[in-house]
Amino acid sequence: MKQMTRAVLLCAALTAAACTNGNRFGSDSGFNDSGVGVDGINADPSSPVYFQQTVGDRVFFTVDQHVLTDEAKFVLSSQANWLLTNADYLAVVEGHADEQGTREYNLALGARRANAVMEYLIAQGVPRERLKFVSYGKERPVEVCSEEACYSKNRRAVTIISAGLGL
Amino acid sequence: MKVFASLLIGLWAAIAALPVLAQNGPLRIEITEGVVEPLPYAVPDFVAENAGAAQFAEELSRIIAEDLTGTGLFREVPKAAHISRVTSFSSPIQFADWKAINAQALITGAVRTESGGRLVVKFRVYDVFAGTELGKGLQFAGNVDGIRRMAHKVADAVYSRITGEGGYFDSRVVYVSESGPKNDRKKRLAIMDYDGANVKFLTGSEAIVLAPRFSPNGDRVLYTSYESGFPQIFVLDVGSVRSRVLRAGDGSMSFAPRFSPNGQTVIFSLTRGSNTDIYAMEVASGQMRRLTDGPGIDTAPSFSPRGDQIVFESDRSGSQQLYIMPATGGEARRISFGKGRYGTPVWSPRGDLIAFTKQAGGRFHIGVMRTDGSEERLLTASFLDEGPTWAPNGRVIMFTRETQGATGSASLYTVDISGRNLKRVRTPGGGSDPSWGPLQ
Repeated sequence: MKQMTRAVLLCAALTAAACTNGNRFGSDSGFNDSGVGVDGINADPSSPVYFQQTVGDRVFFTVDQHVLTDEAKFVLSSQANWLLTNADYLAVVEGHADEQGTREYNLALGARRANAVMEYLIAQGVPRERLKFVSYGKERPVEVCSEEACYSKNRRAVTIISAGLGL
Repeated sequence: MKVFASLLIGLWAAIAALPVLAQNGPLRIEITEGVVEPLPYAVPDFVAENAGAAQFAEELSRIIAEDLTGTGLFREVPKAAHISRVTSFSSPIQFADWKAINAQALITGAVRTESGGRLVVKFRVYDVFAGTELGKGLQFAGNVDGIRRMAHKVADAVYSRITGEGGYFDSRVVYVSESGPKNDRKKRLAIMDYDGANVKFLTGSEAIVLAPRFSPNGDRVLYTSYESGFPQIFVLDVGSVRSRVLRAGDGSMSFAPRFSPNGQTVIFSLTRGSNTDIYAMEVASGQMRRLTDGPGIDTAPSFSPRGDQIVFESDRSGSQQLYIMPATGGEARRISFGKGRYGTPVWSPRGDLIAFTKQAGGRFHIGVMRTDGSEERLLTASFLDEGPTWAPNGRVIMFTRETQGATGSASLYTVDISGRNLKRVRTPGGGSDPSWGPLQ
């Protein structure tokens, strides 16, 4: 729990916009070495801030699905590269669902999503022992409206990185 | 019993000197699926038999009336309309006065205080039009702080004598108390009386807690907590308010627990990889057995009252549907075939019905169907209704209703299995995931 708490605090320390940013698939997304995040925050490419803002910490899913879209695979390939470059970090993949579903089912659905992300990262070469996944079902929405505009942002898997034993 | 005020209600004691009319008279509500006209009744303030009891006399009759009227089966004749005053528990009843205001049932009672903060409550129920007493007069004793329970016991007896079915007023509900905005919701386990009174918190709000489930005799509560960072099942002892993890963590997710009818087995979901299956664990030995084995999501299991079968939801067919399998696992048969998705099945205490959540056409419903899937009836409809739980007598269902939009919040509601009498439970703050415990 220590690792997760740290990551959550890190997220909280950034602006709310940075944590829920929908613009991460723009021109600044992908693996680059500018060291500047999308919000202009100077960030070391090996920092969690860089991972979160520049690499992109989350991918989105369609209704009731856990299949990775091409867009998601692009982000996850960048995540895998980052994790391979920064081998001291561990990651927990958090799976989420929108509110349109029953509680238990959404927990299981979030697990499917998080697991799909984790397996993709493993397939890209990230060692399994550095990864874990957890589902929050519909318990932790980032957007609060009851419309597809919000649901599409809540159906997500977020890769939360934390310092491993080496740091 | 740190959190709960201890409450010692004495054994029910028949008042020996009173005439006994054990058979039920013509005064009877047959609870059917059809519309019923609520039965008019009167419950004058209880007689205070000593000065100290005066403050309790009105409260008792008020709580009894709230219970009875709250069922939708009874209608109170207001006190202002009463002609007779009941000033002594032993005075003869002026039936003509009660007939004149069309009170078909009359409940009279008396209360006195005794040393040590104890209350003694006695009551009688009359069939006004037959001019007879219905059942025996009863008395019982309890602590002053248990006055609501004593009133509920009286109301249960009245309900049971008039309907011929068990009551549910002297029961408790464990649920998740909710506060805070939708994107920062705080959740704590809480326990309350069935009517929302006497809320006590069982956990803090540091970790997400979900879906508490009472044991059959109400001594323990299963729930899911994110205390470790991963959802895990805990068992809470209601008396000591201490909890322990059911199954040592291996980083896998476990959730959706429920007890078997004998309280010795817990069935739940365990997620391994992308697959969620149902398992059973013996509470005493920790021995586990896998009950489902397939790539789909199998979750929300619930035992039949005899403990020989389990109803659960699975998306093995491509969408969430209800299935029944033997309690030992094995072949499952699908019982839901209507349009839409079905989840969160719960077997009724009588064994005849399954309550469920249905999603269809962008709406959520609480519904019931027979155990073979026939006679499906939807009882509610809203933006988001889910998670039914049965009253101990199988006549009422409590569930979660969540409102739409950015300011949406969750509340507890009850509905009769006829679909009538939809009511919000008056909890302080929001509430979700109720589990209705046994009659105490």
